[in-house]
Amino acid sequence: MAGILTYALHDDEGNFNKNSLGAISESKKLADQIGGNAGVMVVGDISDEACASLGNWGAAKVYRAKDVPEGLAQPIVDAMAKVIQDEGFSYALFGGGLLGFEIGAGLTARLGAGVTMEVTQVKVQDGKLVAERPILQDSQIADVGYVSEPGIIIGRLNAFDTVESGGTAEVVDVQVELSSWSTKATMVQRGEQRGADVNIEDADILVGGGRGLGAAEGFKQCEELAEAMGGAVAATRAVVDAGWYPYSTQIGQTGKTVAPKLYLAAGISGAIQHKVGMQSSENILAINKDQNAPIFEFSDLGVVGDLHKIVPKLTEAIKAKKGG
Amino acid sequence: MKICVLVKEVPDAAVQKRIDSNTMRLDRSGEKNLNPFDTHAIEAAMQIKEGGAIPVEEVVAVTMGPDSAVRALHKAVALGADRSVHLSDDALAGSDVCATGYSLAKVLESESPDLVLLGQQSDDGECYTIGAVVADHLQMPSLTQVIKIDVTDGKLRCERQAEYGYDTVEVELPAVISVGDAINEPRYPSLKAIMGAKKKPLDGKATADVGIDGGQVGEAGSKTSVLALNPPPAKEAGEIIEDEDTNETVEKIVAWLDERKLI
Ligand SMILES: Cc1cc2nc3c(=O)[nH]c(=O)nc-3n(C[C@H](O)[C@H](O)[C@H](O)COP(=O)(O)OP(=O)(O)OC[C@H]3O[C@@H](n4cnc5c(N)ncnc54)[C@H](O)[C@@H]3O)c2cc1C
Repeated sequence: MAGILTYALHDDEGNFNKNSLGAISESKKLADQIGGNAGVMVVGDISDEACASLGNWGAAKVYRAKDVPEGLAQPIVDAMAKVIQDEGFSYALFGGGLLGFEIGAGLTARLGAGVTMEVTQVKVQDGKLVAERPILQDSQIADVGYVSEPGIIIGRLNAFDTVESGGTAEVVDVQVELSSWSTKATMVQRGEQRGADVNIEDADILVGGGRGLGAAEGFKQCEELAEAMGGAVAATRAVVDAGWYPYSTQIGQTGKTVAPKLYLAAGISGAIQHKVGMQSSENILAINKDQNAPIFEFSDLGVVGDLHKIVPKLTEAIKAKKGG
Repeated sequence: MKICVLVKEVPDAAVQKRIDSNTMRLDRSGEKNLNPFDTHAIEAAMQIKEGGAIPVEEVVAVTMGPDSAVRALHKAVALGADRSVHLSDDALAGSDVCATGYSLAKVLESESPDLVLLGQQSDDGECYTIGAVVADHLQMPSLTQVIKIDVTDGKLRCERQAEYGYDTVEVELPAVISVGDAINEPRYPSLKAIMGAKKKPLDGKATADVGIDGGQVGEAGSKTSVLALNPPPAKEAGEIIEDEDTNETVEKIVAWLDERKLI
C-alpha cells in the first residue's frame, strides 16, 4: 500500500497540534493521488473518540501506541518504524516543529530512508512524491525526489493547511517494544511557561524586538513605541534565549504565530524560523541597519538605518500626531 | 569521560552562496570557515570539562569533509579541543543527510565517546537533523536544540524550547546532544592556542579505516536526489527608505502608517 504515515503531536491535555492536523490533511490529499491511505500515529493514552476524530482532517486509520510516552522523539521513532514496516507505508510526513524534525531524522537512520526538511510544498510526479525545499536562505527551491521507499518529508511550520471533511478514522492499537536507548532520556518537566502570561495573539499592532536592540534595556524603546501606537511588544528567540524578554512574547517556529494589522520589526534579521510566525501580518515594517537583512525581502516598508536613532523619534512623532 | 564534538567547514558568512548547476551541489570554492554554530558546541564541551562535575579526559573534534576541512579542525583545536579526527574520502562526496549521518556515526564509533556534542545546524545546509540521525545509529539517547546543560550524578539535565514551552529532560550517558547558539558565548582563542593548534594530533581516516560500507555513501549511496532547482515565486518587493536624515525618515514612516490607517 502506497500509504503515507503522519504523526499527531498532542499536549498534556490531549489536544492535537495544528501543524500535525495540517500534515494529516496534506497526506490525505497526496495519498489520494498516489493510490494509498493516510495513516496517523498517536502515542499515549488518547481516547478512541479523540483518535477517531482525526478522520475529520483526512486520517483513514489511526495507530495508537498507548504505552509509548509523548514528548520525546526516540520512543516515537520506535513506534513509527514498526508501523511503517508492518503496514508497508511508502512515506512519513511531518508538519513543522521540533519533534517532527527529530522523529523524521531518527527514522532516516533506522530505516535507511531519504529525508527532506523545511519542505514548503509536496507534489506528485509519476506516482511518487517530490518535496519542494527552499535552500540558501530561500533564494532557490530544490525539487527533491526519493531513490527508495520509505521517504521522509519534514514540513516547514504552517506549510500544510488543515482541511476538515467530517470523516471518522478507524482506530487500532499497536504494541511497541522500545529500544534500549529510547528510554534513557526522560522528561522532567514539559511545556514550562516562563514570564508573564501576555496575550500578543489578539493585538492589532505588534512591535517586535530582536538582537539589534543591543541589550535587554533596548526593549524599553519598543515598549514606549508600542504604548504610543496602542500595541504590544513581541520578541525573537535570540533575545528570549538571551533572557532579554519573556518567552511568552516569542514569535516563530517555537513560539507564537501572529497576524496583526501591523508588525513593526526592530533589529530583527528575519530568519525563517521567525518569519513563519509573523508572515501573515497585514503590514510588515522593518527597521534594520543591514540593507541585506532577509527581513527586507518580505517587508512592505523597509527602513535601512539605526533603530536607536529612529525608534525614539518615531515614538515622539506618533505621540505628537495622536495628541494633535 | 571522552567528549567528541562534530564540526563542519562551511562557506564564510560573507560569501554569497550559490549552487553549481552541473553538480546541483553547493559551490564551495570561496572563503571558508568553521561553522559558527559548532563553536557553541566546542564551548559547551569546554564548560563541562572546566566545570568539574564529571572528569573529562579528552575533547576530540571530528569532521567529515574534503582536505580543506583541516582548517576547521585547527580552529576547533584552537578553541580547546585536545586533538582531532578527519574523515575524508572521495567516496563520500555528494552524501545526503542519510549517508552523512551514517558516515559520521561510523567514525564516532571508532572513538567510543561518552558524549557527542554538535551545533544545532550548519550555516550552509540548515538541516537541523544530523544529531538525531547519528544518535540512532550509535544507539544513544539524543536531544537537539539544547540551551542549557547541567551535569549531575553522571547524567545530563538539559533544557530546550519545544512546541509547548520549555522542556527539561534528563539524559543518561553516552548521549548525542545538539546545542542551540543561546547556550553560551564562545570564547576567543588565544594567540598561543592558534599557533599551537597545528601541533596537536590530527588523525586522517578513510572510509575503509572506520568500516563504512561504500555502497551507503556518496551520491550513489544517497536516498534522495535533487531533480531540479527553481527560483522562488516572485513577490512584490516592498518600499525601501534609507535613513539619511532621521527627521525626514520618521515623517515618511508616519505618512506610510497614516495611509494604512495604522495610527
Ligand atoms: C529549530 C529552530 C527554531 C527556532 N525558532 C525560532 C522562533 O520561534 N522564533 C525566532 O524568532 N527564532 C527562532 N529560531 C532562531 C532563528 O533562526 C534566529 O536565530 C532568530 O530569529 C534571530 O533573532 P534576531 O533577528 O533577534 O537576531 P539576529 O539574527 O542576530 O538579527 C539581529 C538584526 O539586528 C540588526 N541590527 C543590529 N543592530 C542594529 C541597529 N542598531 N539598528 C537596526 N538594526 C540593527 C542586524 O542587522 C540583524 O539583522 C529558531 C531556530 C531554530 C534552529
